[in-house]
Amino acid sequence: MTVVERREIALVDLLDRLLAGGVVITGDLTLRIADVDLVRIDLNALISSVNEQVPSPWRELE
Amino acid sequence: MSGLRYVYAVCRPFGTPLSAQLTGVAGVPPKQLTHHGLVAVVGQVPEEDFAERPLRAHLEDLDWLSATARAHQNVIDALTVVTSPLPLRLATVFLDDSGVRTMMEQREDAFLRTLDRLDGRVEWGVKVYAESPETPESSATVDSAAGTESSEDPNSRPASSPAKPVSGRDYLRQRRGQRRAHEEKWEQAEEFSRRLHETLSGYAEETRIHAPQNAVLSHASGRNVLNAAYLVPRSESEAFVELVDRTKDDSPGLRVELTGPWAAYSFSGEDS
Repeated sequence: MTVVERREIALVDLLDRLLAGGVVITGDLTLRIADVDLVRIDLNALISSVNEQVPSPWRELE
Repeated sequence: MSGLRYVYAVCRPFGTPLSAQLTGVAGVPPKQLTHHGLVAVVGQVPEEDFAERPLRAHLEDLDWLSATARAHQNVIDALTVVTSPLPLRLATVFLDDSGVRTMMEQREDAFLRTLDRLDGRVEWGVKVYAESPETPESSATVDSAAGTESSEDPNSRPASSPAKPVSGRDYLRQRRGQRRAHEEKWEQAEEFSRRLHETLSGYAEETRIHAPQNAVLSHASGRNVLNAAYLVPRSESEAFVELVDRTKDDSPGLRVELTGPWAAYSFSGEDS
């Protein structure tokens, strides 16, 4: 931990940057886990698993 | 077992040492790996969590993802204090130090170009939310009131509820009115966001629009209509923040949120 604690950053703001930003490196040297598609699939899986438990507040508009 | 190498960022060599108390992913303090004019900030991580198969499973675990993302950010944040780092995508893992060096060697020119572009710049995040004119609870009450029997149930609607719809036709009319109010509200919000983005873009060297955030994940109230990132010189950041603050006052029913300063996560692409 850093000595001075900063105000907690919202996880979604962090994921916007860590999963959609940052340099993507691919190639034989890496384990290729940073592959854009893979991360996108995992995040979708994550979001849909959350959605199953908590219905979207916007559902009434559909 | 030697462990794998988790790479947080690539930087120009920086004079100030990182805090000895700084820890990153897996609770391990990051170290610097220098190659020519570049420094990779690297942490050793266990194979049982970071080899491809376990990592793939971990990335679907919200608690694990959250802890890892925060640990990653913790290191990037510390780097941002002493330099302008080029962050790598979450969970970029190499087999060993030599793999990291080879990668730096191969990408040296692109890294140097990008680091020049980001030098002295930070990223600011700006989000606009349209507050919902009705809560999901009140809409659920309307739904249950549509059934003729359920309106007798004292639990089906709060005492403060507006006039009961007496017929299916009234109910539908009410729903249409609500829908129209929603649409107008969002058109307004989108117009506000478009103008705000235009103004802020004038102060930024680069901009990037992210997908609107899912309210389920963000737990934020209202609908996210703008989720944008701006690359701004540090020296102009104060003016940028003041500019965003000023817009907060003239936007009734809308909420403007500022986050940052971030490392330039959204502007690390070598193609831009």
